[in-house]
Amino acid sequence: MIDTAELIEAPFVIELEQFSGPLDLLLTLIRDERVEITDIPIARICEQFLARIHSLGLSDAAEYLEMAARLLRIKVQMLLPRHGSGDEWEDPRAELVRRLLEYQQMREVVDLLERRGDDRRERLGRGVTLIEPVRPTRPLSLALPELLAAVDRVLRMARKPVLHDIVPRALDVDGAIETIRALLHLRATARFSDIVSAGAEPWRILSALLALLELARRGELRVRQRRPFGTMDIARDTAGEAA
Amino acid sequence: MTPLAKLLEAALFSSGHPVPLDELRALDPDASAAAVAMALDELREHYDTGGHGVELVEIAGGWQILTRPEFTETIERVQLAVRPQRLSSAALETLAIIAYRQPIGRAEIEEIRGVAVGSMLRTLLERGLIDVVGRAEGLGRPMLYGTTPAFLEQFALRHLGELPRADELAVALRSEPRAL
Repeated sequence: MIDTAELIEAPFVIELEQFSGPLDLLLTLIRDERVEITDIPIARICEQFLARIHSLGLSDAAEYLEMAARLLRIKVQMLLPRHGSGDEWEDPRAELVRRLLEYQQMREVVDLLERRGDDRRERLGRGVTLIEPVRPTRPLSLALPELLAAVDRVLRMARKPVLHDIVPRALDVDGAIETIRALLHLRATARFSDIVSAGAEPWRILSALLALLELARRGELRVRQRRPFGTMDIARDTAGEAA
Repeated sequence: MTPLAKLLEAALFSSGHPVPLDELRALDPDASAAAVAMALDELREHYDTGGHGVELVEIAGGWQILTRPEFTETIERVQLAVRPQRLSSAALETLAIIAYRQPIGRAEIEEIRGVAVGSMLRTLLERGLIDVVGRAEGLGRPMLYGTTPAFLEQFALRHLGELPRADELAVALRSEPRAL
């Protein structure tokens, strides 16, 4: 498995069409200046390098800055007086030269890969189609008994539909009227909640409501609701009773 | 053509990738290695001299039937097929280093290229050109990368040995860094 964490952490990647990195730029400068890698005029190349990264807007790219700093350091070291005889003196450019040669060698392989890759790209193999070919589906060939057997299997598997019996439950308005009359016989006032108990079924609530309205219409009682959805106060209509 | 050459042609035609020699040999257990090699020669000869739009190419440790270069542009124009995208210079640098130094870790590649290669490695992994081939000893046991058969295929290499040896490269001959 690939541990992506190691790959993702790469910070800030600058890739230009022109240069693939600071070594590439440096090598280009050396080639342009027609100087030997093994004997780089470091002051001149360093100056050119700084000018180029500035003009290319690479002054913020860490990798190019690091190379610029390295070149400056070598330039300074070259200016220091040499100690001892010529044999003991270690060229401050040595490490850079080694890296440049290694890089140049690798660039040669890149050229080779580029040539071979281009060569291969000029030939197409099978299966590099842009559009997936759509294969026509074969016509279905089936004998009648096979088809019927399949239908039979499907029908067997299908569940029988469950039928529900719906029983109409009639409202009992008359019953509710009797209840309300009995209640108002005992008390002068009542509330709707006195007529209908808390967990009552809908048909009971509806019956009670219709009974109330019916009794109110007949003038046996009065219904008052102080605010919308508030409790309904029910009172014996004495006037109606008297009439 | 001999029946064996025709059999090989059919098998190669059916495959989208190079077919390794041992797989070609498995097609006909009675055929000797020499007979298969001769049949392949015969098939190549057949394509080269008979006036064909395809040719037989030895590639990535196997054989493959490919179209001739002169038709590619036209085929691509009508979008029957497309050439794979060219890799960037940076990608090729990374591949070149991995091809020569495999198995190799990220830090070593970055040292040679002088730039961070994390996202580049991810791209190459996604394209199937490299793979994780192991882990190095030492701190963090960093992953080591190597090239895949798809790499050989994409760069028309028969095998890695076809790349020039390091000491055959012109730069190595031109100057000796130690002689400074």
